[in-house]
Amino acid sequence: MPDRIQRKKSERQGEEVTDAETSPAETPALDDLDDLLDEIDEILEENAEEFVRSYVQKGGE
Amino acid sequence: MAVPKVCGLETEYGILVRGADNNPVTASALLINAYTGAAQEQVAFDLIAEDPRRDARSPDPLDPYEFDPELEYAPVNAVLTNGARYYVDHAHPEMSTPEVRTPREAVVWDRAGEEIVRESLSAAQLLVPDGAELLVHKNNSDGKGNSYGCHENYLVDRALPFGKVISAVMAHFVTRQVFAGAGKVGCEFPGMPWNSVGFQLSQRADFFEEEVGLETTVRRPIVNTRDEPHCDASKYRRLHVIAGDANMSEVATFVKVASTAMLLAAVEDDPAMAMPALANPVRAIAQVSHDPSLKAAISTYDGTTVRAIEVQWQLYEIARNWVERTGGEAVGVADCALALHHWESMLAGLESDPASVADRVDWVAKQRLIDAYANRHQLDPGSAALRAIDLQYHDMRPSKGLAARCGLVSLVKEDEVEQAKTQPPESTRAYFRGRCVERFGNEVIAANWDSMVFDIGTDPLRRVPMDDPLRGTAELVANVIDNSATADELVAALAEPIG
Repeated sequence: MPDRIQRKKSERQGEEVTDAETSPAETPALDDLDDLLDEIDEILEENAEEFVRSYVQKGGE
Repeated sequence: MAVPKVCGLETEYGILVRGADNNPVTASALLINAYTGAAQEQVAFDLIAEDPRRDARSPDPLDPYEFDPELEYAPVNAVLTNGARYYVDHAHPEMSTPEVRTPREAVVWDRAGEEIVRESLSAAQLLVPDGAELLVHKNNSDGKGNSYGCHENYLVDRALPFGKVISAVMAHFVTRQVFAGAGKVGCEFPGMPWNSVGFQLSQRADFFEEEVGLETTVRRPIVNTRDEPHCDASKYRRLHVIAGDANMSEVATFVKVASTAMLLAAVEDDPAMAMPALANPVRAIAQVSHDPSLKAAISTYDGTTVRAIEVQWQLYEIARNWVERTGGEAVGVADCALALHHWESMLAGLESDPASVADRVDWVAKQRLIDAYANRHQLDPGSAALRAIDLQYHDMRPSKGLAARCGLVSLVKEDEVEQAKTQPPESTRAYFRGRCVERFGNEVIAANWDSMVFDIGTDPLRRVPMDDPLRGTAELVANVIDNSATADELVAALAEPIG
């Protein structure tokens, strides 16, 4: 088994990176997940069986 | 030795017509023509400029017309003012980003490509018969054994032996799916029952049958040997990569491209460097994908076993050391710093608490939706609703697409993306291509990756070669383009070839 690579905390990289580079969404909490599930209930294909059955693609590259 | 990592993405989109005859070739043509007809005079790629929308039955191309699957569409192959190529390939609409200089730009123009597809979809929806609906997905599989690609392209030093290129990237292509996989319900591995895998990391992993090869549609290889550089072949190679999923997460796209670019550059700078080597990459790519617990032990070349995430840590260290030694100029100094930060953060998160990367890793985001939905409705793995979520994650309709609702971190700004729909990148030859299409569109006969062909009004046609992806930049040609009122003037003013 290869030796576990020592992983230095890349604090230096963390400092060099400005938070302006990303707009982090808060990791969705449980409440948010419930809201998201409600939304999926609303917008998910009504006839899932039919949709999945009919979703066929030609092979590509 | 590391050459600047000019790169780009080509994405084949899934397409489906409901409520009318489902012909993906004509639907793809309709989709693209709906955009190019409305937004710009269509400039052909390698074709004499024709307008396939013109039809004796419908003199005004923008009138809704009978959606006639029997209608012969000329192959649709458009070059856009942002330097991208938008065309029908193998029964899919395909969007190739322009060549970009950095991984971050790859994200910008990939997202611009998505927005162009969304705009196309809205426009095309007006042209289909009542009751018919056009669906487009940024995914790689229909769940029934058919796959289509999201390809990457990287500029590599021709002097680096191809065997070194292979060893630079093979282990990465097998294992990067731990952060770059888009997730999939079910199994499409030949010979395995569909429900033998409830959920896997990658859309594409089941489709790879060879380690190295030329094919792209059958017997797919993990490393593709296509050698069509579309540039000076004595200096450069274009590595054409087919072993990746299309990502909805910008961070995943960014790190996927940046990590691969850094590894290629590292080996260019030190061809003797030892790279992780797996005993059986074809077996491993499916093994890794089929195990969302990330514990699968894959065999290494020296007879031990290792988990995919450990291979990723080794590759991360190689990239990090290269950046430390060289500054990372070949990929982009700021891009390297940001990519290493995100790469490390995703790997650490995947090890300690996978839910923590649900805002960056597509397969984790998708799995989270699927598990929670299954739990809420007491559904078995592989239920139709869960397969529908898998597909709808990639749906390009803003009213339906699930990825946009998952809280994925964004890396680039909306106004950058909006600009990139019509403006080319400034640091590659895509600038020359895009500006010429925009400014001299009527006089462009063909806009290729490596040349522009103009009709200046007198015989013969004028071909301007673009053999170097790093020339034809804004710095080199903006002035001469701005100061030329016609293609004739441009061709005369070009003191030296663009490439």
